[in-house]
Amino acid sequence: MFDYESLKLLWWALIGILMIGFAVTAGMDMGVGGLLLFVGKSDNERRVVINTVGAHWDGNQVWFIAFGGCLFAAWPMVYATAFSGFYFVMMLTLFSLFLRPLAFDYRNKINSPRWRNNWDKALFVGSMVAPLVFGVAFGNLLEGVPFSFDKFLRVTYTGTYLGLFNPFALLSGVVSVAMIIMHGGTWLVMRTNEQVAARSAKAAQIASLVLIASFALAGAMVARTIEGFVITSEINTTALAIPTTKHVVTELGAWMHNYKLQPLLWSFPALGIIMALIAGLMARAGKGALAFIASGLSVTGVILTAGTAMFPFVMPSSSVPDHSLTLWDTVASQYTLSVISIVALIMIPVILLYTTWCYYQMWRTVTVEEIIQNNHSAY
Amino acid sequence: MINDTLVELSRWQFAITALFHFLFVPLTIGMSWILVIMESVYVITGRQIYRDMTQFWGKLFGINFALGVATGLTMEFEFGTNWAYFSQYVGDVFGAPLAIESMMAFFLESTFVGMFFLGWDRLSKRQHLTGTFVMALGTNLSALWILVGNAWMQNPVGSEFNYETMRMEMISFSELLFNPVAQVKFIHTAAAGYVTGAMFVMSISSYYILKGRDLPFAKRSFSVASGFGIAAILSVLLLGDESGYEAGAVQKAKLAAIEAEYHTEPAPADFTLIGLPNDKEMHTDYSVKIPYALGIIATRSLDKQVTGINDLKKGNEARIRNGMIAYSYLLKLQAGEKTQVNLTGFNETKQDLGYGLLLKRYTENVVDASEEQITKAVDDSIPPVAPLFFAFRIMVGSGMAMLCLFLLAFYFNAKRVIEQKRWLLKAILFALPLPWVAIETGWLVAELGRQPWSISEVFPTFLSVSNLTVSDVLTSMIAFISVYTIMFIIEMFLMIKFARIGPSSLHTGRYHFEQAANAPSGLRQQTLES
Repeated sequence: MFDYESLKLLWWALIGILMIGFAVTAGMDMGVGGLLLFVGKSDNERRVVINTVGAHWDGNQVWFIAFGGCLFAAWPMVYATAFSGFYFVMMLTLFSLFLRPLAFDYRNKINSPRWRNNWDKALFVGSMVAPLVFGVAFGNLLEGVPFSFDKFLRVTYTGTYLGLFNPFALLSGVVSVAMIIMHGGTWLVMRTNEQVAARSAKAAQIASLVLIASFALAGAMVARTIEGFVITSEINTTALAIPTTKHVVTELGAWMHNYKLQPLLWSFPALGIIMALIAGLMARAGKGALAFIASGLSVTGVILTAGTAMFPFVMPSSSVPDHSLTLWDTVASQYTLSVISIVALIMIPVILLYTTWCYYQMWRTVTVEEIIQNNHSAY
Repeated sequence: MINDTLVELSRWQFAITALFHFLFVPLTIGMSWILVIMESVYVITGRQIYRDMTQFWGKLFGINFALGVATGLTMEFEFGTNWAYFSQYVGDVFGAPLAIESMMAFFLESTFVGMFFLGWDRLSKRQHLTGTFVMALGTNLSALWILVGNAWMQNPVGSEFNYETMRMEMISFSELLFNPVAQVKFIHTAAAGYVTGAMFVMSISSYYILKGRDLPFAKRSFSVASGFGIAAILSVLLLGDESGYEAGAVQKAKLAAIEAEYHTEPAPADFTLIGLPNDKEMHTDYSVKIPYALGIIATRSLDKQVTGINDLKKGNEARIRNGMIAYSYLLKLQAGEKTQVNLTGFNETKQDLGYGLLLKRYTENVVDASEEQITKAVDDSIPPVAPLFFAFRIMVGSGMAMLCLFLLAFYFNAKRVIEQKRWLLKAILFALPLPWVAIETGWLVAELGRQPWSISEVFPTFLSVSNLTVSDVLTSMIAFISVYTIMFIIEMFLMIKFARIGPSSLHTGRYHFEQAANAPSGLRQQTLES
């Protein structure tokens, strides 16, 4: 029905869409969790902050679950290599993510300042570790990760866990955290009022400036100091998924090749920076909705910048570059891709529809008065 | 060769995290429908007490749900982190139901669970009920897709090994979906969840009735739960998943191990009620048998045989030898000798490739295996008998005990005399752990019974692990045990606290502890705080 080449491209796009969906939705409530301690001074203010996302964080988190599930099904080798290679970092992320459902659901169950403060801290940790680690992981993908396959395609990771936290990767982590804080901040500007909104606006402005600076610096490093990867053998886009038969070399600044070949791609980094600027300015002006939309577009721009720079690579190997995983050779079979394509192409629009309906139903400015009134039913 | 300790630790970690996750999921599956029933009655009759019931049981549902969500994340990570070669080898097939689960079911469940908790004032009655229904539907669909994946591990239909990509690939999605094992597994597991939900509501309601508190609330909750529970327990027992045990040699081995049937008996075989399986002498000591029962339960017939372990091993030995041939062809094909002879040879033997791979535990090259190594691999090909034998009996015993309780509860409740049957209410209260005992032993029967395979007859468990070090997995396992223990303590603390307060925790002013005369100082204080 679909040819293999189109399916491979489609799944590169769909994995990207799921990642953007995750960053724009769960990224928002993670940003909110990260800001909680700083923009909410009293218990009621913190409850305001939490209740802006109370009904949505769980649904948002499924963008990440879906991203993981689709990675497993569509790019099984990337799922296997990344999750086992980054073992401790993945475990760290996982354990931090445990804190979120518990903090959201348990915090309001007991009216004790100590209980609630501890859950607030838990929510902060649970919301900030994941964006930091995912940023660091993305940085490592750009630099290449040391792994290789044996003849039965069993993967071995040969790096150290601490090696993942190198300067460029940490800078990518800063980009990611700044982006998420900006996004959560603009959300709070839009959905809260008075002091909480004012503090959030300040946080969003600072975050947008940090994002612009760190993103630009990371871009300069990619162009000047990072070795990119290039396939030098002929690419057979319809070949079976065997990632060990091509020839790949590393080259300083090679990640800029796609941008030279296709100057239109520059619109992505431009989107990332300009929209971050607009998000900051709108937050300053108190125009929450515009700030939030701009922030969402900026997040999209940043992710697309990294994704398109690496195209067609998705996980290059620094130790055996020939074994690098690309969207052409890391994929599931044509049959499986067809099956999950049909499901995804039907379900993603449906998901967007009912998710929008839920947001629409819950839409309001959350105020301290409302929290006091619904003391026992709100989060 | 793969380190045995690494394999053992990886298995333990998976078992611990899966069993822990499975403490919370069945309650979610079952209670979601009980909430739908309660809220439907509220919408139809408009009576406030049913809204209170939905909200109070919903509160307990929420405390449980949070742990289900948190521990479910682990399962999503663990296939990649700890079973990387499994993910590479079967991801093309096994990944699909997981991906579909997230898009078709988990989004639905998680999006509408937020509406359930926080949408009461923002949605109309009907909208809210629809939301609750969709949440329950999502929860159950989620179980369906996970079990489609699990059933494929038990009975791998609709797929084929591709020697070029070195993995199993899907060839028929409909076979995967309509896998007979998937059908029985879904009904059995979902109904077990319904039993858990019913038992939970019924036990806690019994506590209120025994205490003489909030009787109209407690008796209505009891009625809903006992009615729902009796339907559920009958489905679990009548549609137990034994009927899936005929599909494939691994399910047969599981059945033989459950029955400790070392030698094939003439049909219909006797059912060993209890005894002590003795692997060395290959018979069951001190056994008490029910004539003909096993044959009838397992094959649903009087004339089909239940194959004994001895005969299964003979068959497996032949398949291991055939698997060695398959492996030798695979090596040639990999070396680029894609001749007609090698291709035909491989295609004729590849159904036994998995059996050949069992030898990889003892020799890297497989084709050079000694007779002694083959014998060891044959011994490996049968799951451990004693744990399965006992786990199965504990599961069925718990089920039978619950059946009695549900029957009595239903009967006395229908006669409206349940309040006077204090012995029964006490029994029901103390029987609260039974569904969990049944579920956890049921998981053991299903998954331990699948050993030595991660994918039955296709891929051995020991080959499935990631290339990690023993200390990597030991560290993460200790972390899981510690963190899960803390999480469990917090969850139980909240659950017990709110179960004891009861509907007074809704702060409607209508229930026991909010009527000043009733309030003992301690609980009253707690109630007013929360």
